[in-house]
Amino acid sequence: MNLKPLLEPKTMAVIGVSATNERHPANVIFDKNNHRYPVEVFAVNPKGGRLHDEKLYSRINDLPKKIDLAVIAARAEFVPDVVSQCIKAGVKSAAVISGGFTEGGRKDLQDKIVDMAREASFPFIGPNCLGIYSPFHVDTFFLPIERMVKPNIGSVALVSQSGGILVDQMIKFSQQGVGMSKAISIGNKAFVREIDLLRYLVADSTTKVIAFYVEGFDEDEGRDFVLAAERSPKPVIIMKSGKSEAGHRAVSSHTASMAGDYASFKAAIAQHNILEAANEHELVSFCEVLSVYQQSIDGKIGIITASGGHGAMAVDACATEKISVPELSQETKDKLKNAVSDNVRTIASFNNPVDLTGSAIDDDFVACAKIMGATDEIDCIVFLLLPYIPGVTLDIGVRLSQVCKKYKKPIIAYVPHVEKYNMMIDGFELNGIPASSSIEGAVLMAKALMRK
Amino acid sequence: MLNKEIKSILDKSKQWGWVLEPDAKRILSLCGFQTPKYAVAKEPEEAIAATRKIGYPVVAKIVSPEIIHKSDVKGVVVGIKDDERLLKALEKFRKLPGFAGMLIDEMAAGVELIIGAKNDLQFGPMILLGFGGVGVEIYKDVSLRMAPLNKDHVESMMKELKAYPLLTGYRGSKPVNIAAVQSTLIRFSKLMMDIQDYFESVDLNPVMCDGKSCTIVDARIMLND
Repeated sequence: MNLKPLLEPKTMAVIGVSATNERHPANVIFDKNNHRYPVEVFAVNPKGGRLHDEKLYSRINDLPKKIDLAVIAARAEFVPDVVSQCIKAGVKSAAVISGGFTEGGRKDLQDKIVDMAREASFPFIGPNCLGIYSPFHVDTFFLPIERMVKPNIGSVALVSQSGGILVDQMIKFSQQGVGMSKAISIGNKAFVREIDLLRYLVADSTTKVIAFYVEGFDEDEGRDFVLAAERSPKPVIIMKSGKSEAGHRAVSSHTASMAGDYASFKAAIAQHNILEAANEHELVSFCEVLSVYQQSIDGKIGIITASGGHGAMAVDACATEKISVPELSQETKDKLKNAVSDNVRTIASFNNPVDLTGSAIDDDFVACAKIMGATDEIDCIVFLLLPYIPGVTLDIGVRLSQVCKKYKKPIIAYVPHVEKYNMMIDGFELNGIPASSSIEGAVLMAKALMRK
Repeated sequence: MLNKEIKSILDKSKQWGWVLEPDAKRILSLCGFQTPKYAVAKEPEEAIAATRKIGYPVVAKIVSPEIIHKSDVKGVVVGIKDDERLLKALEKFRKLPGFAGMLIDEMAAGVELIIGAKNDLQFGPMILLGFGGVGVEIYKDVSLRMAPLNKDHVESMMKELKAYPLLTGYRGSKPVNIAAVQSTLIRFSKLMMDIQDYFESVDLNPVMCDGKSCTIVDARIMLND
């Protein structure tokens, strides 16, 4: 299945653009692509006419160019006819935005378009979806441009069964400074499904991390998906909803009662090296860290902080996630002790967590990070920053990133995320160190790196 | 693994929606699993003759297409040591609905495991391993994987169980033959792949494991519609 015309179209037709209703979803899609994306866009309406300066083509066949992607926002009952016209006109793919199919009791309409698409090898996404946000290429979301929060362009692709959850995650990714390469809403996933997009994204050079929001799979679809995901060289993350069992089905055996839908889901994805994000917080944390670091760790965490409380919280979080915070050798402790300023040496604690106290300055943190960077006793450094202590400067992020690069050892930072500290956060994130907004988040990031 | 005889047993069992225990045991032994020595008898003389061959002590179980949960109707008598108790059990079973015979099993001992399968809509056959008895019923100490299983899967499944030390020998108890547990699980997962068009769920409960081998003491195969 060639999805390139769908995800990176050069030419696009928006079908159902209204000459009178400017807030019609098709009009919003037409406008935003017409003005902001390199894709060449044509508006189609069976009645023809004009919208401002733009011609409305009455038939897909009349379009002056071969079309890569047709965005279909017509009423459900008209969609089979539109799809058939698209196929006849040689359109290469479609995004069916319209709702009112299986989810509205019209499985017959959905089956009709699936049958046509299958026969013609015509990939379409949806129906009942937002479609595709593909930076530098296209945006089929019918959301006005001024309402959308778009994360930076980056390397995380997110595929979602729910359009609403997808747009919400874009907000969260944006808040957390996580960049995205694609955001794809697949709705009823009648034709193009997770597994097709997985294959596409594995080959997509702009994507490093592939994340999914999944409500459920169809018969045997889960099996095919996990087997394909296991072969992916890029990390695959799933956030699942619908974990609670619907009602109490009568079960006739112990196994059936214990291997419920979610239990089976959880077991099958873990078995195939797919990371499960339990919630939005985990999703964004996992995506951020895996987009930065591709190496996997065993989980020997070295913690550096300026507060005993922060260290203790991090140790607890590590214990919960079954990640080791090993005791350091006497030799390493001595090295740490010798590396810091005189006034810190006498009051700091050099066990793991290394607590340099509120008297520490950038140089002290950097010196300790270097020693942890050099020793095999530690394979990942969690740095808990207290941005309000006087000895810390805006340079701390970039300086630690140099340590990280030199020793090829992942560093994960915790920095409170408030506007006041944005420049410090940027100092980490723009220099390639993921910075979590919570201590637990930083530990979750370390956990994600333990994936094999 | 799916040969003619297994297929014909499964086809025949469709009428009840599940496979009667002696048939389930036959399928398992055809596939190379270890089952206790067993026989089915309807009449007293038959029962005594069969038990002579197996040797006391034995377990007696009701065979009836109408009774899935045997213990619920007191359809299982364990630790039968003589003819008198054997015949008493038979007499009682004959009064139960749908009586089709009495299954006489050699007694097995060891660590009690449950090995099961569920045919999941999204993922196909899923394999469950757990500790039998209260282990599964109260502590829910089980692990799950998608079939077919390889050696790595099986190893991680065992280690995931909280009571794993019971398998390797805990406080002087004898360790079970880990290799036998592994091969039983792997073979079972293959069988489940082969019969995935037939089954809904399977409980091998208990599977008795000792230092030598794993013996499937009870098997329930629920078929799909």
